[in-house]
Amino acid sequence: MSLALKSRRVGMRLLQAIPTVFGILVVCFLLTRALPGDPAAYFAGQMADQESIEAVRKNLGLDQPLPVQFVDYVGDLAQGDLGTAISTGQTVSAELATRLPASLELTLGALLLAFLIAVPLGVMAATRPNTWIDHLCRFLVTAGVSLPIFFTGLALMYVFYYLLGWAPAPMGRLDIFYLPPESVTGFYTIDALIAGDWEVFRAALAQMALPLVTLALFVLAPIARMTRAAMLQTLGSDYVRTARAAGLSGCRVLITYAFRNALLPVVTTLGMVFSFLLGANVLVEKVFAWPGIGSFAVEALVVSDYAAVQGFVLCMALLFVGLNLLIDVVYTLIDPRVGEEA
Amino acid sequence: MKRREFVKGVSALSLGASVLPLMKAIPAQAAGQDTAVVVFGGTINSLDIHRSGTNRDSYQVAINCYDRLVTFGTKTLEDGSLSYDYSDVQPELAESWHLSDDGTVMTFQLRKDATFWDGKPVTAHDVKWSFDRAVSLGGFPTVQMKAGRFTSPEQFEAVDDKTFRITLPFASKLSLPDLATPIPIVINATVARAHATDQDPWATEYLHRNPAGSGAFQITRWDPGQQLVYTRNEDWASGPQPGFSRVIVREIPAQSTRRALIERGNVSVSQNIPNKDARELASKPGVKVVSTPIENCIYSLCTNLNFEPFQDKRVRQAIAWAIPYQSIFEQAAYQQGVPMWGGSSSVDNIAWPQRSPYDYNLEKARELLGQTDYKDGFEVPLSFSLSQADWAEPAALLVQQGLGKIGIKATLEKIPGANWRTIALVEKKLPLHMENFGGWLNTPDYYFFWAYIKGNLFNSYNYDNPEMARLVEQTLDMPMDDPRYAPNVTRMIELAFDDIPRIPLWQPTLNVALNADVQGYEYWFHRQMDVRPLKPA
Repeated sequence: MSLALKSRRVGMRLLQAIPTVFGILVVCFLLTRALPGDPAAYFAGQMADQESIEAVRKNLGLDQPLPVQFVDYVGDLAQGDLGTAISTGQTVSAELATRLPASLELTLGALLLAFLIAVPLGVMAATRPNTWIDHLCRFLVTAGVSLPIFFTGLALMYVFYYLLGWAPAPMGRLDIFYLPPESVTGFYTIDALIAGDWEVFRAALAQMALPLVTLALFVLAPIARMTRAAMLQTLGSDYVRTARAAGLSGCRVLITYAFRNALLPVVTTLGMVFSFLLGANVLVEKVFAWPGIGSFAVEALVVSDYAAVQGFVLCMALLFVGLNLLIDVVYTLIDPRVGEEA
Repeated sequence: MKRREFVKGVSALSLGASVLPLMKAIPAQAAGQDTAVVVFGGTINSLDIHRSGTNRDSYQVAINCYDRLVTFGTKTLEDGSLSYDYSDVQPELAESWHLSDDGTVMTFQLRKDATFWDGKPVTAHDVKWSFDRAVSLGGFPTVQMKAGRFTSPEQFEAVDDKTFRITLPFASKLSLPDLATPIPIVINATVARAHATDQDPWATEYLHRNPAGSGAFQITRWDPGQQLVYTRNEDWASGPQPGFSRVIVREIPAQSTRRALIERGNVSVSQNIPNKDARELASKPGVKVVSTPIENCIYSLCTNLNFEPFQDKRVRQAIAWAIPYQSIFEQAAYQQGVPMWGGSSSVDNIAWPQRSPYDYNLEKARELLGQTDYKDGFEVPLSFSLSQADWAEPAALLVQQGLGKIGIKATLEKIPGANWRTIALVEKKLPLHMENFGGWLNTPDYYFFWAYIKGNLFNSYNYDNPEMARLVEQTLDMPMDDPRYAPNVTRMIELAFDDIPRIPLWQPTLNVALNADVQGYEYWFHRQMDVRPLKPA
């Protein structure tokens, strides 16, 4: 497939995403308005009388009819203004800009860790069925699925921080006595490396260790399972048998023929697991005081902070549209047939 | 400030730069001589207490970074812990003040040496600008100013650079103490004015992020959602030097994490811990728990008089007799707090809160209910706020059981925190609900004003008694040594107990856990962490 054709396809996929995002905007706008609670009364403060509640309502633009509010919202959005999150006092865009990298660093890190462990484990389990490695795989999968994430988080914290004292105090992304590195990507570990500051890199990594393991344990199971199943299937397929019969080396058959074909379902699983992870993040962020986007959204929901909730949903929608696009592209790279018949 | 300087500053002051790589291992003990770490579960959403939308957790900035004209002194409680003293108003920014004979003109002399952080002397013009702002912005600051009878900018006058005058419409005992609440802070008007715009004449956008005060601490870092770093103002003129040169306030949402941090000694103070933890942590070595009864605050069960059965006083009294107070105190409060039931049948003092005459007595309850139209009972939803579920849920379950024994069927209704204010306090439409209220100004009549006068915010039960209304109106501004004061308050308490729209359960405590290396913690009515008196042990 030519490069031009490929980029046109990608462009088409991007265009297709626009109605999706707009639909999400509308639904989310209406849903936040349907939330119980009157944000004006909440944010007017503890001793506010009717008069000051009305003043806050006017200030927030909530005294306008819904269509007017929506037009205002979209108008602001077009100028890149997501509004102010009253619950945290910051603009929503600033909140997203600082919190999204925090969540992504954790999520992507956990995904990478899980991938690095689960894929080899799944492959080995599939190539050596019913050996100890297969049993180990099964055990990890069962454990990963059956342990609730907050439990894993608390248990790890209890053992490694509270009892053993190996892990640093679970107080967010960096220990108190370090200042965050100059922001380039927003990922503390990467920014510290860019700044060449090993000390901060180590500190940031240490803070990440427990939440990372917690999340990785959670997603290890589906990835390992999917890898094992997909490998079993491809290993039993005709083309692998043919390749073997042709006398190709075991390693070559495993990697070029079996694994490459098994990767497709694994990538699909990765995409799905990523969204689970962003959800699971909420609990982990709470337990480890991680200033991420999940805990922000939950707090905002609790107090009916419209702008914050809308900003969060929009951000997530864009993230998932982007993710789906990315998966489609990866598909094409792994399997050139994908999309040909479209 | 650059990161390096900050890190160096901390290390040089605490341990020496040689141990920098071991920084992650610095627990509160090591850093303790110079830096205190405070953790809490809330989030600071603004550095400006006057801004609309500023939450309660943010009030601490007003306390630690700004000066008021006056403050309250300190007293030692029976258990040896420290508390502010409502009866002792002390100078802060004002070195002296004078009240005219009729009590309507207050004249304050400001300290000569007080300066803002930028070095500019604090003048009466700054005070005037700040007070004008508090009464003009609307919302909570304006309401709180009104409590002290400050309603319009015309009342405030800068006589000269160091003399500030307030004219009151009438003398009130609430005026002077109201000046010591976190609201009437003094802001650097020159700085604020420079950032004011036509849309924002009071510079709320600027002061939201950039405090400009003359207080004991400055803010060197604010990472919203994460932490606030206070640094001592070495030139603070309005009080004794704080014990720590730096205080880091970290937001830790999970309660279990906060508990682990204080138990491991990684932090100096854990603010506002739950009753259960207060009880369990008190026995741990290295941790000190201070539980102070929250003045003027009562956890109560409220019966809404708009709901038909509760219009009959005997029904309300029957309910007050059907509550298993002791079990509630044990299971919902973990015995932290002061019981508010089982008092004598007549009111003989004006202490507030005081024990109500009710106790768990099903016979009396049945007898009273039997005299009414509802002797066969009725059904009623019992509501509480999810954000207060820690105490309200176990309490509500036990109330439900108690009421069930006299034939009243209560169904539990949990209401999300965001919704609670609107339904319970503004619309006042919950028939039976768990409520708490504590006034900032510690006089009984102030409490009755907010909670027992029709239409006022914390009268969530629509209580309306002309005698109570008359008494409160007469008493609210009256000096406490007026001969009519004590009898009036006594009568208010009698009415509150006889009419019993609000059934007191217990007086809650504010629990704070401290590392053994920190001392000087002081309880304040605003329930926020005043980091100024903290010092290394």
